[in-house]
Amino acid sequence: MTAVTLSDARPGRRGDSFLSVQDLRVSFQTEDGVVRAVDGLSFEVEKGTTLGIVGESGSGKSVTNLAILGLHDPDRTELGGEIWFEDQELIGASRTAMERLRGDRIAMIFQDPLTSLSPYHTVGRQIGEVYRKHKGASKKEARDRAIEMLERVGIPHARTRVDDYPHHFSGGMRQRVMIAMALVCDPDLLIADEPTTALDVTVQAQVLDLLKDLQQQTGTAIILITHDLGVIARAAHQVLVMYAGRAAERGTVREVLTEPRHPYTWGLLSSIPRLGAPVDVPLTPIRGTPPSMLAPPPGCPFHPRCDYVAAAGPQLCTGERPDLSPATGHGDACYLTRAQKQEFLGQIKGRQ
Amino acid sequence: MLRFLTRRTLGAAVILVIIAAVTFFLFFAVPADPARLACGKVCPPETLAQARHNLGLDQPLFVQFVTWLAGIFAGRDYEGLGHCPAPCLGFSFVNHAPVFDTIVDRMPVTISLTIGSSVIFLLFGVGAGIIAALNQGRPLDKIASVASLIGASVQIYFVGTLAMYFLVYQWNVIERPRYVPFTDNPLQWAYGLLLPWVVLAIIFTANYTRMARSTMVEQLSEDYVRTARAKGMSSRTVILRFALRGTLTPIATIFGVDVASLIGGAIITETTFSLQGIGRLSIQAVLNSDLPMLMATVLLAAAAIVVFNVIVDALYAVIDPRVRLS
Repeated sequence: MTAVTLSDARPGRRGDSFLSVQDLRVSFQTEDGVVRAVDGLSFEVEKGTTLGIVGESGSGKSVTNLAILGLHDPDRTELGGEIWFEDQELIGASRTAMERLRGDRIAMIFQDPLTSLSPYHTVGRQIGEVYRKHKGASKKEARDRAIEMLERVGIPHARTRVDDYPHHFSGGMRQRVMIAMALVCDPDLLIADEPTTALDVTVQAQVLDLLKDLQQQTGTAIILITHDLGVIARAAHQVLVMYAGRAAERGTVREVLTEPRHPYTWGLLSSIPRLGAPVDVPLTPIRGTPPSMLAPPPGCPFHPRCDYVAAAGPQLCTGERPDLSPATGHGDACYLTRAQKQEFLGQIKGRQ
Repeated sequence: MLRFLTRRTLGAAVILVIIAAVTFFLFFAVPADPARLACGKVCPPETLAQARHNLGLDQPLFVQFVTWLAGIFAGRDYEGLGHCPAPCLGFSFVNHAPVFDTIVDRMPVTISLTIGSSVIFLLFGVGAGIIAALNQGRPLDKIASVASLIGASVQIYFVGTLAMYFLVYQWNVIERPRYVPFTDNPLQWAYGLLLPWVVLAIIFTANYTRMARSTMVEQLSEDYVRTARAKGMSSRTVILRFALRGTLTPIATIFGVDVASLIGGAIITETTFSLQGIGRLSIQAVLNSDLPMLMATVLLAAAAIVVFNVIVDALYAVIDPRVRLS
């Protein structure tokens, strides 16, 4: 409880979660104008849990997480809102403060392990250098730690493989190396940006299970970014559905996957192929394309693609952008009434 | 690695023989009689015949070529001129001295020019390129790009002549370039060659600045550079340990070619600054129809290119572990 009182004592700190993102705004200057990649996003992550963030390309998933790590290009990017990591505000934190956090307390796993690992250095060195930088370890200690980490992520013959280069490993093994590198300092928060997208399905499952096991051992909080609801169902506790730089729906995995409330979530769920379904039933993709963040549509950004605008009221949908409601627990940003949502969801479920 | 080097060395030898043959036979397509040149201004017919015989010019062309080639490995005796020890590239038609001795005599000048200027253009070129890449779109970047555009556009005989006129003759900032052997006095060596080094480097630097800038910009957007930052590495480490590594491969490629061509003789530079190197030597050989000398300089230039190509290939493996696989 001391942590709560501590954070309560700080002015400006909202919420008492381990990681709290409040009204985050990220925009880029481009030649065509200002792109509002993230536009008023709020979420929280608790220790030892996994938050899955889903959304189409360009919904602002990755940008959000680069902003948490401070990896955006400072010349072109404008940040707004607040990111609280325990009792530290990350927006506006100094470069050295961020360098101390990165790799040590907040680590990141990227999508493509082949391009994300340096081709010029052995995996042992790449893992070890993080440990040396943050823990002040000697070369020998760092090497031993690298071997230990490789063993922990299930790479056979770690003692000899530590001197191999990334191109000597298969895709799945490379992602394990990436995970070993991210976890070498026992971070409190791990951000995994599409960690399984570049891998084939069986390897995907292995990597997700590995992340789960490691989380149980260390109590690391994980933000798992993906566009694959299957990955969410397997690995996440909480889900945040992102659309056009903001949350469309938020809740536990069970709530969002079994009782989705936002038409966009319905669309995502209907567009997943099911093994049991007859082959002649066509997939139902969400019509239209994600909006350009240079000039997002007014009101609810999903309304041009939404089948329920008439039911909710066109004035509402094109007027103000809806916020998540209720503010905590299972919430969604849609103007349909609770009864309408249940009715439409029932219809969709009936069709399948 | 050993197999690679053996294979490359054999290939290089074949290339050199082909280049030698082409040069040799092309020379005899030129309507000039080398024996007449060797004989001197006043040349009675019998002396001319003697000279022709002594130089082996009365033999069939093919026999001449094979004899010349064999001489490189075994040495050769010339009637009336004496013994030419291996590696024998023949006697110069002009000064009647073994060609190899002249080459050895001129080589230090060219090598000194090459070393000095390549150190300058490598350091300044790559350095400026990296600084430009790190300051993309800012004034430093623009200054570097304008400077390299100017550097790439000027010619040695232009900059060199201007530099000689103003720095040496008008303002007496520096003495006239001259060659002092490194072993005699390293300071004098560097001072004497400073002006040619800098002028020669100006021409080359631009290339390196542009190459280093563009590859560095590319490298900085690589995923693994982002990973390095995500690991909390300081910007300096990210740049020096990760991004720079990827820029080394293209730099090594052009550096190998440039150094090789400089070893073959910096003709314009040596002429501009009156330095007696391989470049001057090869021009004189052409003007004098001095076949053995010409053959030697052509072969030297070709050998330099071939050898540096092998070195660069070996360097790739050192820089990039992925190359070591094959």
